[in-house]
Amino acid sequence: MTLLDRPAGRIALLFGALLLLATAAGLQAMRDARFQTDQPAREVLYVQSPAAVSRLALSYDALASDIYWIRAIQHFGRTRLNKDDASDDYTLLFPLLDLCTSLDPYFNIAYRFGAIFLSEPPPGGPGQPELAIRLLQKGLVARPTKWEYLQDIGFVHYWFRQDYKAAAEWFDRAAKVPNAPWWLKPLAAHTLASGGDRQSSRMLYRALAQSDENEFMKKDAQRRLRQLDALDQVDQLNRIVSTVKEKGAVAPFTWERFIRSHILRRVPTDPDGFPYRLDEQTGSVTVNPASSLNPLPTEPQRASGTPPA
Amino acid sequence: MTTILRIAVQVFKECVRDRVFYNLVLFAVLLIGVSLLLGQMTAGQEVKIIKDLGLAATSVFGLFIAIFIGIGLVSKEVERRSIYSVLAKPVTRTQLVLGKYVGLQLTLAVNVAIMTIALYGVLAFYSWTTPALAKQAWEGPALDPAILKASYLILVELSVVTAIAVVFSTYSSALLSAVFTFGLAVAGQFSADLKNFESIVDSRALVWFLRGIYYVLPNLASFDVKLQVVHQLPVTASYLAWATMYAAVYVGALLIIAVVIFSKRDFK
Repeated sequence: MTLLDRPAGRIALLFGALLLLATAAGLQAMRDARFQTDQPAREVLYVQSPAAVSRLALSYDALASDIYWIRAIQHFGRTRLNKDDASDDYTLLFPLLDLCTSLDPYFNIAYRFGAIFLSEPPPGGPGQPELAIRLLQKGLVARPTKWEYLQDIGFVHYWFRQDYKAAAEWFDRAAKVPNAPWWLKPLAAHTLASGGDRQSSRMLYRALAQSDENEFMKKDAQRRLRQLDALDQVDQLNRIVSTVKEKGAVAPFTWERFIRSHILRRVPTDPDGFPYRLDEQTGSVTVNPASSLNPLPTEPQRASGTPPA
Repeated sequence: MTTILRIAVQVFKECVRDRVFYNLVLFAVLLIGVSLLLGQMTAGQEVKIIKDLGLAATSVFGLFIAIFIGIGLVSKEVERRSIYSVLAKPVTRTQLVLGKYVGLQLTLAVNVAIMTIALYGVLAFYSWTTPALAKQAWEGPALDPAILKASYLILVELSVVTAIAVVFSTYSSALLSAVFTFGLAVAGQFSADLKNFESIVDSRALVWFLRGIYYVLPNLASFDVKLQVVHQLPVTASYLAWATMYAAVYVGALLIIAVVIFSKRDFK
């Protein structure tokens, strides 16, 4: 009679197997701690051809597209978090989004979020507005009447390329699409007339924050509005420091000094609650690198020939 | 007809006995697990991805059942020699092939129906637990009746794959049948490419030959409307009717071939 013939024997064998598995897991943990042989693998995109991936996906293109979308988000998020590591970059972001949208040409959010991800200037993103526009134009091929893509191209021109003429043209094209929101028409006119001033930027993002049905786009527009507020506050604080300097104050400049002198009541914080950084030597005020609003956008240049606001 | 139905019910019972429906548990665990994970990973695309995954899993599980059970429907009886006792009864070879086919189709229909109900269940739960504001970002309603169209066409596609498996099962071993059926199921996804070969091939004869193969191979890609359903694109009733008719004609042809081959087969 063997162990397998008795119930107690079978339970004992199963228990033994569990014990061995637990030991294997323990040995694995010991190896990880002692030898550290596994280096974090660099992300690799083995197949970059959308046509090849589409063939390999058989009839599961949509699911493959979802996988590439999740990879794109993870790649963007991880690279953004590791922005201090110079070896990390966003080289895979566009290929991942390209594959994702080739597998599912109707993946609305991949075009719209993808354009935001691609346009974001370093270190928060790759700073590739041209690729963002290319991605959105690819979306327009699948859905030519999607005014949101036309509007987003306008945004990229406006905010990241400071090309207000092109932005106005795209807003105008978006306004002409049936069912486009009413405010696109005045937005196009306003952009052409006074694009680049902070007020028109504010108008742009307020419209988006109030109108866009997508929560992420709404949140992004709200963040842009807070960035604009931060730009206002930075200007105001820099003016205070300049005034103090003009009155003969010399380095080191610290917030405590300003508070002791009753110029400020407390350490100034940005709209997300992070204290502004004051350069001790120059007195220049900048947003805190740890702030969720960092980096502040490059201040758009005013459209030529327009009077200051 | 009664004999065919009796054989069909027997095949269904065999599938239940062989624990074929265990895949449903795996399917449910997969869907629930993924839906719990997605919130953190997809930037508001949970519903799309649950639909994509649910429909893809329904198709994959169904495909595996159709291939791996389909190939054994007839060949297993031959290999086990149980075919002698079956044919000794008042059962014709035609009735046996058709009954086996109908039985597996019944199994697949129950499988697809339960998976679709499970998918709706997960979507209903997700819809119920999601705030109204977040729902605005969804491309379509979670409990979209259009999912039924995709599920239906998955079942129609599986009916063609099962028929292919039955044809191979009537004259080949289980292993070879699996290879042939799987190959044809994959080729059926690309058959449309054969139609447009003239742009890269100079020979007219070759172009006509390839075009001929295009019409002979099953166009399985035409049953795939998963993308359209998830993105709220129209899948018309006339398209569903066309796909059903195409599948019915194709399955009819395959079953006749299977019956002819099986009727000529010598089991000595």
